[in-house]
Amino acid sequence: MERIPILKMGVFLLVTIQVDMHDRLALTLQDDLTDQIVKHRARGVLIDISTLEMVDSFIGRMLGTIASMARLLDADTVVVGMQPSVAITLVELGLSLKGIRTALDVEKGMAALQLAFAERGDTQDDDS
Amino acid sequence: MTIRKCETMSIVTAEHIVLVRQAVRKQSVALGFNLVDQTKFVTAASELARNTLDHGGGGSVHLEIVETDRRTGIRLTFEDQGPGIANLDLALTDGYTSGNGMGLGLSGARRLSNEFEIWSEPGKGTRVTIVRWK
Repeated sequence: MERIPILKMGVFLLVTIQVDMHDRLALTLQDDLTDQIVKHRARGVLIDISTLEMVDSFIGRMLGTIASMARLLDADTVVVGMQPSVAITLVELGLSLKGIRTALDVEKGMAALQLAFAERGDTQDDDS
Repeated sequence: MTIRKCETMSIVTAEHIVLVRQAVRKQSVALGFNLVDQTKFVTAASELARNTLDHGGGGSVHLEIVETDRRTGIRLTFEDQGPGIANLDLALTDGYTSGNGMGLGLSGARRLSNEFEIWSEPGKGTRVTIVRWK
């Protein structure tokens, strides 16, 4: 089955969405991510959507669901790299993605996750 | 108004939604839509294709390049023989959802298009037509 790869980097998980996702692939990613957060005791998730040429209400909802689920599992989520045309379209569509943290690029997104992680004053698990 | 080109695509699986998006993108680029207009129209098409699949139980989209003496545009007609919509005003309200979506499909697609027309009859089906002009 087709899957979007999830990379582990320290206490964070990285996902780059590079395909025009059909709905089932989006739902699989949602399930895979929650599994991986628990498995790796991840404290943050970075989702790079810089190659996505379109975000419709379904994909927007998936991003929101991932952020909410990650929050419940004690992990922060940052969505990075949204194209300006996608942002314009999303707002006109009526979707402002409230509750989803964003950053302009991967570097800024990682910095935001690291800062949030440091501010919470957590210590890494021994097995991570 | 003359119709310069047309094709019909079926919408029966989730993969078809992706194919519809790609076809609309291709035509938008060919007509010289700017990136924002391309993205808006592809997104509108994606919302309506999903409605056709999820609420209409599958159907089709008819893609046409239309031309008047003043302008050129793309017209998309989504059609299904599903349960139809009993209350169109309600269905066009932001946030109203009959399923598990966010209820932005119809109202959002209307905002992202230049022209929007809907016909629906309970038990017979739904037809939505959108146009985006260059």
